[in-house]
Amino acid sequence: MGNPLLQVSGLNVTFATNDGAVNAVRDLGFEISRGETLGIVGESGSGKSQTVLALMGLLADNGQAQGSASFDGQQLLGLSSDELNRIRGTRISMIFQDPMTSLNPFLKIGRQMSLVLTQHQGLSRRAAMKQCADMLDAVHIPEAQRRLSMYPHELSGGMRQRVMIASALLCRPALLIADEPTTALDVTVQAQILGLMRELRTDFDTATILITHDLGVVAGLCDRVIVMRDGRCREAGTVDQIFYRPADEYTRELLAAVPRLDFERPQAEVTAVDLVVAQEQPPAKKNDRVILLQVDSLQVFFKVPGPGIFSASQTLKAVDGVSFGLVPGETLGVVGESGCGKSTLARGILRLVDVTGGRVCMLGRDLGVMDDNALKEARSDMQIIFQDPFASLNPRMMVRDIVAEPLQTHQPDLDGAAVNGKVVRMLQRVGLEPGHMNRYPHEFSGGQCQRIGIARALIVEPRLILCDEPVSALDVSIQAQIVDLLMELQASLDLSLIFIAHDLAVVQQISHRVMVMYLGRVVEVADRYSLYAHPKHPYTRALIEAVPIADPEIERRKSSTGLEGDVPSPLDPPSGCAFRTRCRYAAERCALERPRLRMVDETAVACHRVGEI
Amino acid sequence: MTNRQEATRAADTGSDTAIKGRSLWSDALQVLRQNRAAMAAMIILAIVSLLVIIAPFLSPYSYDFTDWDSVSVGPSFSSGHIFGTDALGRDLFVRTLYGGRISLMVGVVATAVSLVIGISYGAVAGYLGGKTDHVMMRIVDILYALPFMFLVILLMVLFGRNIFLIFVAIGAINWLDMARIVRGQTLSLKNTEFVEAARAGGVSTTRIIRRHIIPNLLGVVAVYVTLTIPQVILVESFLSFLGLGVQEPMTSWGALVNEGAQELENAPWMLVFPAVFLAVTLFCFNFIGDGLRDALDPRDRSR
Amino acid sequence: MIRYAIQRFLGAIPTLLILIALAFIMIRVAPGGPFDAEKQLLPEIEANLRAAYHLDEPLVQQFGRYLYALIQGDFGPSFQYRDHTVTELIMDGFPVSLRLGGLAMLLALIVGVSLGTLAAFRQNTPTDYTVMGVAMTGISIPNFVMAPLMILLFAVYLKWLPAGGLGDGGIANLVLPVIALALPQIAYVARLTRGSMIEVLRSNFIRTASAQGLPMRTVIVQHALKPALLPVISYIGPATAAIITGSVVIEQIFGVPGLGRYFVQGALNRDYTLVMGVVVFYGVLIISFNFLVDLLYGWLDPRVKY
Repeated sequence: MGNPLLQVSGLNVTFATNDGAVNAVRDLGFEISRGETLGIVGESGSGKSQTVLALMGLLADNGQAQGSASFDGQQLLGLSSDELNRIRGTRISMIFQDPMTSLNPFLKIGRQMSLVLTQHQGLSRRAAMKQCADMLDAVHIPEAQRRLSMYPHELSGGMRQRVMIASALLCRPALLIADEPTTALDVTVQAQILGLMRELRTDFDTATILITHDLGVVAGLCDRVIVMRDGRCREAGTVDQIFYRPADEYTRELLAAVPRLDFERPQAEVTAVDLVVAQEQPPAKKNDRVILLQVDSLQVFFKVPGPGIFSASQTLKAVDGVSFGLVPGETLGVVGESGCGKSTLARGILRLVDVTGGRVCMLGRDLGVMDDNALKEARSDMQIIFQDPFASLNPRMMVRDIVAEPLQTHQPDLDGAAVNGKVVRMLQRVGLEPGHMNRYPHEFSGGQCQRIGIARALIVEPRLILCDEPVSALDVSIQAQIVDLLMELQASLDLSLIFIAHDLAVVQQISHRVMVMYLGRVVEVADRYSLYAHPKHPYTRALIEAVPIADPEIERRKSSTGLEGDVPSPLDPPSGCAFRTRCRYAAERCALERPRLRMVDETAVACHRVGEI
Repeated sequence: MTNRQEATRAADTGSDTAIKGRSLWSDALQVLRQNRAAMAAMIILAIVSLLVIIAPFLSPYSYDFTDWDSVSVGPSFSSGHIFGTDALGRDLFVRTLYGGRISLMVGVVATAVSLVIGISYGAVAGYLGGKTDHVMMRIVDILYALPFMFLVILLMVLFGRNIFLIFVAIGAINWLDMARIVRGQTLSLKNTEFVEAARAGGVSTTRIIRRHIIPNLLGVVAVYVTLTIPQVILVESFLSFLGLGVQEPMTSWGALVNEGAQELENAPWMLVFPAVFLAVTLFCFNFIGDGLRDALDPRDRSR
Repeated sequence: MIRYAIQRFLGAIPTLLILIALAFIMIRVAPGGPFDAEKQLLPEIEANLRAAYHLDEPLVQQFGRYLYALIQGDFGPSFQYRDHTVTELIMDGFPVSLRLGGLAMLLALIVGVSLGTLAAFRQNTPTDYTVMGVAMTGISIPNFVMAPLMILLFAVYLKWLPAGGLGDGGIANLVLPVIALALPQIAYVARLTRGSMIEVLRSNFIRTASAQGLPMRTVIVQHALKPALLPVISYIGPATAAIITGSVVIEQIFGVPGLGRYFVQGALNRDYTLVMGVVVFYGVLIISFNFLVDLLYGWLDPRVKY
């Protein structure tokens, strides 16, 4: 191939801040040939995004790039914005992480796409529209012509990311930069987008830089990989080298931290399969262990204003008849794509939202009939950890006050010294320093904030903790630490956990039993071994298939694109089996009759055709 | 200063021994200190306030003393009337400072009144939500549709022309914006995860409002207060301009400007001095408000 | 859309009724009456006058009578200007105020949006500071200070423009009052535009547009202007209603016979019908302009549906 398409050497990116200059990228060098796919992997703050923003001339105002970046013989750094504009969008294109906010909500799809063509190729409006429609076709958007006159909010997340990719490819760029293109998407949609990118790479012969924190994504798509940390390149090599013969210690750590979907049966396990899994299904064996939490046909409906300001309100069935039981020391994993009602389930159990129907019993006492005082007392047994570590801590309170607040509520007669003592012990217990007590949340990293959140939940010595995506916002290595901490705390304190996540790998690692939800209903419940080794429901199978595995061999062997389409709107779920619209096994009966959970082997599954498929 | 350095150093090195945390307020103060316009505005405002407070000691004349020897004379040091005198021979320097007393007092008292009404109304509507919120905000909408002048004049008529009641009346009309802003903030705060966490922890409603909602409202309120004070001063001067404000011989900046505007061609100093004081003060408040808003906007924190 | 318009219209009726009732009660509760100014009024004459204007009836009955006339478009006779009905007074004053206020608002919109956009685009540069400094001046210097100063400069010293009055209604007579009215509005609009434009320019879709190689001018005009204008729209709705009903200050200083003075005079003289007339007129305008703002919003923001 001769000389590379893009050659970067000695790249430094610095930001001028109030606390002095911050080096985001230091002395980075790499190259990429035509048609090649390069993965840049790193955790947040590693400088991976700033690297490509520097190449595109899109750094924030206080950022400064030095070094050399030669693209097809032309120096990119230091170009004027006019010169850059002749390259951006035509020779180099970029797609961004969040398709929700990266498309202009005020412009029709066709309008914002065609602007690129009218600008760079001087096409007429009509000719540009024609090309846009063709490109939407190429990224497999059905009814491309009609989509041109739609606004972004009328499309699903996956569709929007397809539109982003289509606009990036309009001028047939030589280099496509994708900055975390699938991070904001559900795992099944992620698989679709990755499949699309794999396909387009060959169709368009475009070199690609793929930036991600997810080693699984890199494994399937990239030829070569760069691992970055703290703005430096830690290791560079072919995908096989990085995954099978990592030389750098940090690379090895990263690989080790990736939760894997391997199916070894654990030796000793708290077997809790013999629990009431569903109200329709009487327990197979009676267990003499006490049931901590019993949820019966829980329903949480929301009234949603109709599409127009004055149209009648609609009912959103966020949780529609969920039942399960939980014994002390057990972890129940809850998985499902966005909109499946898993977070609402947690809030419904805690009575943070109004429950429409069903019962929640904690140690045999029905929370629904309790008065405020009894509920307050019951709440000391059940605590919650949230997804966003920053948003869940009051920015105006010191760590001490945040952690102590539940304690002061439930044991108001404790004196200051006793509270302090407990807070210090709890902070140490979750791996923080006593000196952190007098600081404010914004001085901590995401992982530390999550530890503060855990300390706050644990300080009243609850029996049950609901973890609502507690690691989704964290880096992989931090994720592993938090999961380890939770498992260790659970073992030593005999806690029960309900662990909600969209990431099957993490759930598999921590849970004894896993419950899969789709559009507010449970489709499958099983112990984690059965669920991952022998998934029964087609949806569970698709979910597991869609998870990218941090192993190039396995990823290359994957052929099917998995599930088609997106999750339907929960406002208007399909009749019968909600999953039937995306299910390749769907039959007539699936549209007519709603499947109930029934036991097949050791798994409770809601599918009419489970025996046949 | 030392606190700030200490905190910065601790944060930079990630040291765990730091005793003093950096609250968002101390961070904001740091940003504000670097805002030269806002700092200058604060200093000027402090000087103006000081002048206004010690006014009687600065000049041998009182605000209602008529100097028959120098009626309507221009500014001069020799006569002792450094800002000149008005058509009744009263010393303009002293009158300007006395006028400033009234204007600043109106600003502070009326803003305080609107603050109390606005915060309680807005916080209640926002926190209770639902139908209560709907009705309360509908009332605000209706009050918005009444002409401001009509309300002010009616209240003045109702309460007579008592200076203190002017303050209260202006404040009682000015709370609408404050209520709207506080309500909006409360609504969004109510749904934050930290409030949810507190509810899950069994924390009582009053405690949630006290510890979680109000402290997080203060930033917006602080900004809004500094922007309301000049607005209120303006309203008072406007009323005085119409002859509805303070009674002679007492005066305010607005009243002085009105007199000055009438003598524009004969005695321009009568307009210039009070106008400059008024404008500079309003300038200062607006700059401080802008500076505070920038400082409390966490998105700019990284810069 | 039509359904929405009708529903909004029906929703406005109770609002307006409450508004009218509120104003009616407030003005009646205020001490004094419409005939106080006429000093030596014999008691029987005053009683006759009161009877002639139905002021001797119970308040509820008076309110009903007023509403009934109002529905027929009759604001009643003025107490102060005995020869005129309130409708006549409003119809005389409103065109003047509308012309001045409309022009001022148009000026404010064009100049304010341009200046605000410019300042946002050149954020933290001398251009930005200059524009915002000027805007701050516009907000901080009250128009009753600005107007006399402008008269002094342009009419008295430079003699470029007439000092006041409407003259023959030519442009020259409008320049100073329109500018005096527009200055604070320009300042507000510029600050609002700058703020929202900076916000929009920080958003992800603007970064996408830049990454597509669109020049800054295209990015601003095609991508950023529409979202950045939304807060401006919600400001100018009620502001326009306020400004086209006249400003007593400007009218007094420039000697213009507009509508603004009636708000003050009517309330001061307890000219019940006149003050009710202008208040109702103002309320209708505010409600209509808020409705227009909502429609504009829906047109600008595709996410808003009716």
